[in-house]
Amino acid sequence: MSLSFAIFTALCAIGVLALIFGLVLGFAAVKFKVQGDPLVEQIDEILPQTQCGQCGYPGCKPYAEAIANGDDINKCPPGGEATIKKLADLMGVEAKSLDAAHGTEDVKKVAFIREAECIGCTKCIQACPVDAILGAAKQMHTVITDECTGCDLCVAPCPVDCIDMVPVPQSTASWRWDIDKSIPIKQVK
Amino acid sequence: MDNNFDDIVKKLENNELWDFHGGVFPAEQKTLSNQNLIAQLPLSKYLYVPVKQHIGVEGQVIVSEGQAVLKGEPLTQSSNPFAVPIHAPSSGKILSIGEHVSAHPSGLPELTIKIETDQQDRWLPLTPMVDYQKQSKMDVIGAICNAGISGMGGAGFPTHIKIGTTKQVEFLIINGVECEPYITSDDRLMREHAWQIRQGIDVLCHLLNPKCVVIAIEKNKPEAIEAMEVACKENSNYQVVDIPTKYPAGGEKQLIQVLTNREVPAKGLPIDVGVIMHNVGTCFAVSDAIFSGKPLVQRVVTVTGGAVETPGNFWAPIGTPVSHLFNEANYNSKAQKQPQAIMGGPMMGFSITDESVPVVKTTNCILLPDAKESQTRKEQACIRCGACADVCPANLLPQQLFWHAKGKELDKAQDYNLFDCIECGACAYVCPSDIPLVHYYRVAKSEIKLEQDEKVKADKARERFEKRAARLIAEQEARDEKHRLAAEARKQAMSDSGNTAKDKIAAALARAKAKKEATAKGMSNADESIAPHKANENSGTKASSNERVQAAIARAKAKKEAAQKALQQTESKTANLEPTEISDTDSADSKVMLQDADVADTLDNKDKPAIDKKAKVAAAIAKAKAKKLAQQREEKEAENSIGYPDNANSAVEKNTKETQSDDIQAENLALKKQRVAAAVAKAKAKKLAANSDQVIADDVTTKQDTLQSLDKDNKESQGLDQKKQRIAAAVAKAKAKKAAKDASQKTEDDKS
Repeated sequence: MSLSFAIFTALCAIGVLALIFGLVLGFAAVKFKVQGDPLVEQIDEILPQTQCGQCGYPGCKPYAEAIANGDDINKCPPGGEATIKKLADLMGVEAKSLDAAHGTEDVKKVAFIREAECIGCTKCIQACPVDAILGAAKQMHTVITDECTGCDLCVAPCPVDCIDMVPVPQSTASWRWDIDKSIPIKQVK
Repeated sequence: MDNNFDDIVKKLENNELWDFHGGVFPAEQKTLSNQNLIAQLPLSKYLYVPVKQHIGVEGQVIVSEGQAVLKGEPLTQSSNPFAVPIHAPSSGKILSIGEHVSAHPSGLPELTIKIETDQQDRWLPLTPMVDYQKQSKMDVIGAICNAGISGMGGAGFPTHIKIGTTKQVEFLIINGVECEPYITSDDRLMREHAWQIRQGIDVLCHLLNPKCVVIAIEKNKPEAIEAMEVACKENSNYQVVDIPTKYPAGGEKQLIQVLTNREVPAKGLPIDVGVIMHNVGTCFAVSDAIFSGKPLVQRVVTVTGGAVETPGNFWAPIGTPVSHLFNEANYNSKAQKQPQAIMGGPMMGFSITDESVPVVKTTNCILLPDAKESQTRKEQACIRCGACADVCPANLLPQQLFWHAKGKELDKAQDYNLFDCIECGACAYVCPSDIPLVHYYRVAKSEIKLEQDEKVKADKARERFEKRAARLIAEQEARDEKHRLAAEARKQAMSDSGNTAKDKIAAALARAKAKKEATAKGMSNADESIAPHKANENSGTKASSNERVQAAIARAKAKKEAAQKALQQTESKTANLEPTEISDTDSADSKVMLQDADVADTLDNKDKPAIDKKAKVAAAIAKAKAKKLAQQREEKEAENSIGYPDNANSAVEKNTKETQSDDIQAENLALKKQRVAAAVAKAKAKKLAANSDQVIADDVTTKQDTLQSLDKDNKESQGLDQKKQRIAAAVAKAKAKKAAKDASQKTEDDKS
């Protein structure tokens, strides 16, 4: 009698506990629900957002999703070695060198339309992934330099080849102190 | 708590001060240059005034090349609060506005206004504000901003931002410490212009209402201390404090710590601890701006070092090339192993790359060291002695920062508070391995800043990309929905009617309806654009919109006629009710359109929405017609008055009208001819290029062809010619591109 009672009470107690924990877990699942895949977001944060498609995916977000699903991390030429290093840190994998099949690292460039030659076909506007080209049909187009990511996608569609990719000129704001050059501060003791 | 206001004031009165961590005691070398009065520099022939000389944003250039300017005339302006204008430092002519080597360690060219001085130094009429106490504070701050004053101690922060604070200011500290070796510009300024500096302090006090004013001067400048004490005798609230000589006691955060024992938080401002600090040079400039109305067009520059024979201080107009200062101080380049000039002091300055670098608002010193002074030894490995940590005034760990900066571990360097480094150079000064530590920090800092900028840009690009993707999806959905509805309508029509002829009619009707709706929309838009009350104005835009309306009416009429014909035919063939109904409404509609805009009564009630729309269309057409009539009438009147002001002969008027229109037609014809000719030329060029299989288009021959054919046909205006050349070139290019593509495709095909 006492044994069966003990078993009964134990089962009851465990059942009640299970119910409580179940409720807590269920509540937590609703309360602390994570929207989307945080890993994809983190990878997307690291990618340079040029949206150039050199990785073979239609934009940075799709490539971030592909990396999260196990794709290689060395397919992003605009990001270069720095991005690969950060992705390797995040994903816990070995940093590889950039896959040459997808392009090589280059200086930062922006598109420039030779406006005298533009015929106003709007093809580049449709190609621009970040809406950085301004213009209308049969009107001259121009690039909003500040918004241009230098993805190169507008160059190929141009029927008159009037788009150049020009390197971003260095200014005093973007200048880095050069450690190898002469060191400005001399010790005057 | 020992750093509340009253305690601090009591301690200051007893001349009890605090200390900051670390610091070094380099040889002062001040006596080299502080023996003589500040000399007025003779005007240099050319002045190079950089558009941006402070921290913030530059203004818009408001002068043009070739323009004559007077001394003190503003050269830029901006409504941005972080912009500070620049002024012409002397009278003369603006030679050019373009790139010139900048007073920046990189020496990269920056936008600079080059002025050729006329040696007359004529001032713009000045407007002093002597009664500043009666003026509103905003006006005084505005006057200081318009005088182009930014911090003259070194950083160049816009002064009007600092004095525009609304927070409670306990201490106004006037920084006359000048702790860096060799520099004596503030020292001389205090000795000679203490009175004006005090006036500047008065203005700042009026604006900031500080509880206490402290004028801090290092002990190694007894003359300056005395001069300032005399000048401030009258005002008991001003306290001149001499502080121990130690580098970098003149750093903003260090000086606050010495005087008040308060620490400015990381990433914070002095105002967060109730302190505002201004350099004595800034006070002098404020006094100049308020009491004589002079903008900041010159400053005191120390030219010193072993390689100059007569070191001293000079009043140098902003924009003076440093080579001019070299000459004045008798620079002896033989004393140096290799030419070297440092802008700023030996601890924090930078080598200048070119002798034409201009003096800017923050240039306090040009140092020309001789071979003995400028000894550079090779960098060796860090031996972890910790001497740098002992002297760091910001309490950082320089060797840790060095490791991380060298190893490009930028986030770790930030964890060690890299951005709290004030780049004073004390660590590099004591380093037994001669490691240029500050230089490593500067590299790391600029890299981090660039990375942050790129991050901001990437975020913006991501946002734009996502917005665009969303827009494209929405557009696609809208298109799909439209197609689906159209398909449904077709299906409905098919199921409603029995035989195929009827189906076709129904489909045609649906299409016609859709078109009509579209035109109705367009018309109502056009109707809005030419509101009736504007009809009387005879403007070009209205005329063009009128033309558009006319065109729209013409189109609508043509369509309607076509539809009616089709309907009549179908009526005679089939005895179906629906199409008859619609044709009824159509005919009624057209009648109404011809008569007046009052439609609703005469229309059939069965097909209400369609009728409503038609009524609107009719009304719009009637309105447009009325407007057109009015317009024509006006035009006639206008022609009357212009062509024949005395006598309005209708026949003559008609004649002129006809001849005018004939002229226009002839012109149009000529233009058309030319265009056709150009097109033919282009086509010829294309054919030529295609036949000769020359993949790359020869631009020159194409252009020549075009030109020849054009000459043959007609004489052209030059603009049109150029345009055509461009078009021809563009077409040729496009063609070449296509040909290349075809060729490559062909080869691929051949391969396959």
